[in-house]
Amino acid sequence: MNLLVGLGAWFLNWLEAVGRAGIFLAQSVLRMPVRFRESIRLLIQQLYAVGVLSLVIVVVSGAFIGMVLALQGYSILSKFGSEEAVGQLLALSLLRELAPVVTALLFAGRAGSSLTAEIGLMKATEQLSSYEMMGVDPLRRIIAPRFIAGVICLPLLSIIFSATGIIGGLLVSVGWLGVHDGAFWSLMQQSVYFDTDIMNGFIKALCFSVVVTWIAVYQGYECVPTSEGIGKATTRTVVLGSLAILALDFVLTAAMFGDF
Amino acid sequence: MRSKRTELLVGCFILLGIAAFVYLAVQVSGLAFSAQKDTYQIVARFDDIGGLTSRSKVTIAGVTVGTVESISFDKELYMGLVKMNINTDVDNIPTDSSIAILTSGLLGEKYLGITIGADEEVLQEGDEIFDTQSALVLENLISQFLFKSGDSE
Amino acid sequence: MVDAYIEVHDLSFYRGDRAIYENVSLTIPKGKVTAVMGPSGTGKTTLLRLIAAQLSPDQGRILVAGEDVHRLSRKDLYKVRKKMGMLFQSGALFSDMSVAENIAFPLEEHTQLSRSKIESIVLDKLHSVGLRGAANLMPSELSGGMARRVALARAIALDPDLVMYDEPFTGQDPISKGVLVKLIRQLNDEANITSVLVSHDVEESLSIADHVCILAGGHVIAEGSPETIQASTDPQVMQFLRGEPDGPVPFHYPETSESQGGPR
Repeated sequence: MNLLVGLGAWFLNWLEAVGRAGIFLAQSVLRMPVRFRESIRLLIQQLYAVGVLSLVIVVVSGAFIGMVLALQGYSILSKFGSEEAVGQLLALSLLRELAPVVTALLFAGRAGSSLTAEIGLMKATEQLSSYEMMGVDPLRRIIAPRFIAGVICLPLLSIIFSATGIIGGLLVSVGWLGVHDGAFWSLMQQSVYFDTDIMNGFIKALCFSVVVTWIAVYQGYECVPTSEGIGKATTRTVVLGSLAILALDFVLTAAMFGDF
Repeated sequence: MRSKRTELLVGCFILLGIAAFVYLAVQVSGLAFSAQKDTYQIVARFDDIGGLTSRSKVTIAGVTVGTVESISFDKELYMGLVKMNINTDVDNIPTDSSIAILTSGLLGEKYLGITIGADEEVLQEGDEIFDTQSALVLENLISQFLFKSGDSE
Repeated sequence: MVDAYIEVHDLSFYRGDRAIYENVSLTIPKGKVTAVMGPSGTGKTTLLRLIAAQLSPDQGRILVAGEDVHRLSRKDLYKVRKKMGMLFQSGALFSDMSVAENIAFPLEEHTQLSRSKIESIVLDKLHSVGLRGAANLMPSELSGGMARRVALARAIALDPDLVMYDEPFTGQDPISKGVLVKLIRQLNDEANITSVLVSHDVEESLSIADHVCILAGGHVIAEGSPETIQASTDPQVMQFLRGEPDGPVPFHYPETSESQGGPR
């Protein structure tokens, strides 16, 4: 009986939290910026903070993951005498799965946590209240540009991840392991389709970007405004964000590639 | 100036993203932007299409000249009906050419190969190639082989 | 008594089950400096947030210049807030903008003034808090006292009718305190602003206030001019003003029913 009550209470709390977060998201996106030039300037600042500053980690991990995939793939494929297919393996696994998921996880750790911490700090130092006192909506001024920047950046980063991963794999397999480069490219081009592979990967990244950025800005905005509260909110952003990415990835993969 | 530098870097970032996208599209998926070449459609009926899919290649002498548009089942003849688009610049395929379902490599993809005939007339939009050779299905091959070797003993 | 700028009627406010205010009524006279004092944790800051309608009361009304701020639409509320300036405890300067940009922000947001006009207002306001030379610094480069003065300049950028000071003296050295006391008094007299000051620094508050309110335990325990407050014989007021460790507010935290049994 108590267990049932507990379960019910937990579910209702959860539902309430999701509802609040949904209203929060709708408000921050729908309350459109008043002045166009001003909001573009804010957006560019956030694109820099969220996108450009995440670029290094994404490029480096993309290159390494591509190189590792090429090595692993080569050692297995060479047993079947089809080491030329390493390009195909590389491109398909990166485009469909690894690039969106790994980029989103890195993004949650790098940009998501810093968004939460930044907004949380603004709340703790009463900057958010201060905007409100000046008759400026903090949702529109602080949250909206950060959310939009996050949604724009993650798909771009995911594509850059794929490209560097493929180049990294190319260097290892063609440059080091001696795979014939013509076969590498032609097998890759034969098996990779623009709409099913590249576009589906892009759509995945777009879905992840909405969810991760949403979690990050909401956790920052709703955090307890103390140093402990900000720390907890940052941890929650990374944990919740990562779990949401992996769960959503399963759903999206089933929807996109599930019909055999 | 601080904000100018920010703007420049953001511009570079977005450009890099677009460049990576184009690179993936062209180099990795082999998407050709002039892909909307004029084509004409011909059809062929096979006893067994064995793993051929739409968008598979159609080749002559190993060179890709078109793609498979659709595959359907011909209810009256109980055969697989394959429609394919051939580039208009290849407009001299004789009507008595034959077409076969081939496999690239041992386990690779299925594709169509056209072997050129000797007729003066050439295929037009909507024409059919009658001389078809079905896909080799491994089970059928093995059973044929077994029965043949059984007979000879 | 002069006419009231802010009237608080029967205000009750709860945080969870804990009552912060219960049926509190007080008035804040126009054009004067009013000090709201009380021990830590009595919700003095909460009162300012209620006046600014950042929080809503559970019961009662707050009239600012005759308008019930909690009944206003969002748009009208923002209009009323333009006439309010608030100096937050931490200063709350926007950390991504320079000092001058911070002060220019409310002007850019709410007025159609030209760039050069805004610039001259900004320098004017900075001059009045004595920080004209700091215009191009970032907030992280300022000392605590300077940050609070910049925040004050920003609070008065739109020439408000009401300025609220949230603990302006906390954590300041004696010189900064003196500067702030002088500035608050000066601004109030020059621009005919109504000032509300929330503080537990008895000496500074009494020295500049025209009107004093002392809050404790969710009620107003004393209200009047600094002289009447100091002459009060109420034991609670006397304990607070003199800073005696024991009195109506006991030295020992009262034992609750949970802790009474002790560890078992």
